[in-house]
Amino acid sequence: MKYVTEYRDAELVRGVIDEIARTITRPWTLMEICGGQTHAIVRHGIDQLLPPEIELVHGPGCPVCVTPLEQIDRALAIAAKPDVIFCSYGDMLRVPGSTVDLFSIRAAGGDVRVIYTPLDAVRIARDNPDKQVVFFAIGFETTAPANVMSVIQAKNLGLKNYSILVSHVCVPPATHAILGSPDNRVQGFLLAGHVCAVMGYWEYSPIAEQYGIPMSVTGFEPLDIVQGILANVQQLEAGKTDVVNAYPRAVTFDGNKPAQKMIDKVFVACDRKWRGIGTIPSSGWELRPEFDEFNAEKRFDVGEITTEESPLCIAGEILRGLKKPNDCVAFGNECNPEHPLGATMVSTEGACAAYYKYGRGVEL
Amino acid sequence: MCLGVPGKIIEVTEKNGLRMAQVDFGGIVREACLEYLPEANVGDYTVIHVGFAISLLSEEEAKASLEMLQEIIDLEDELGIGYSTEKIK
Ligand code: SF4
Repeated sequence: MKYVTEYRDAELVRGVIDEIARTITRPWTLMEICGGQTHAIVRHGIDQLLPPEIELVHGPGCPVCVTPLEQIDRALAIAAKPDVIFCSYGDMLRVPGSTVDLFSIRAAGGDVRVIYTPLDAVRIARDNPDKQVVFFAIGFETTAPANVMSVIQAKNLGLKNYSILVSHVCVPPATHAILGSPDNRVQGFLLAGHVCAVMGYWEYSPIAEQYGIPMSVTGFEPLDIVQGILANVQQLEAGKTDVVNAYPRAVTFDGNKPAQKMIDKVFVACDRKWRGIGTIPSSGWELRPEFDEFNAEKRFDVGEITTEESPLCIAGEILRGLKKPNDCVAFGNECNPEHPLGATMVSTEGACAAYYKYGRGVEL
Repeated sequence: MCLGVPGKIIEVTEKNGLRMAQVDFGGIVREACLEYLPEANVGDYTVIHVGFAISLLSEEEAKASLEMLQEIIDLEDELGIGYSTEKIK
């Protein structure tokens, strides 16, 4: 298909990798933030085709992986209520909470439904006026436009039985947290192309400047990814710290203004806890007080939540680029997609899931 | 869920006060909301996230990128240098 096949052209990918090899003179560690890119990289074996000087580490850009355990447990408690229809993106169903997951709530008789778009949840609410419909609104900047529109739509339709459980996170504060950490190894960033499609990439220039590293807005096809890497390497070798747009067919400097406006109308910045990483100041969004009636946290009292994380799971270190999935002793043993110990093993964008699926059990 | 997919708008409609579209993803047609791309129309390519079009794909930019990359490769061929040739089948 147009805009896809050209960007999978092996000849072109090879050519760009050659150019990277010609440009590079010393080792560099780059992080791809987005879990979608992690999967593309591992699936196409791009990391193995690159010159050995480049190490790619995988970032925190998987919303399912970083949704805090408290919020998963809260979702489970709400979903187990008898009058609730709980709607979620499919990825969340197998994510382990402290004790169970959404899947087992459904098996035990809970009405848990997988939806493709939040507008489906609004439709379900309209069709089931005697039920409370709750949508688990997770994600980065990419899903925010859709999630906030569901609230606007529910408001316009006058629905009294729709609410969302918000656990939104934002990329720029996460890059700050990674680069500002004393054990940081990242020397260049591949920015998540579709996050930038929504938000633009103007926010990153001050961060790149502050930490003295380059960044490139990067797409998701193999050619996009090697192009993003080339842009990073060219800058690193030249000692530059610009934010380069290596995905111009989909991303503009300003991003999607109508989407930003709608997000700002419904959401406000808040401190957010990231699973395995901890609290990052102003790193998330929550509903503005004007939309309290749509706030599932206010609508449902689930009592005190005490969480329990698997002691084996090192997902937090993986998400900060400090370790790789195959550094985890549980990888492929106690932890696998059937019996996951951490969210990174079940999410379609999780690094552990990618390593498992594409057979990266042992370092070659 | 987080991954955006490119598709072609084949029909624009209205539903419950929202601007909607039928979008063709290489043979599979699904509905998507166009509220955030008021300028999008039939024939345009767009990236869809969880049922919402968030960005128009620019044909001009796509062509320019491909041409720039092709130039790098042509130069390489001319100079007879290659690093990864033996690594990709
Ligand atoms: S392999 Fe499993 S236990 Fe280990 S870090 Fe990944 S999700 Fe956690």
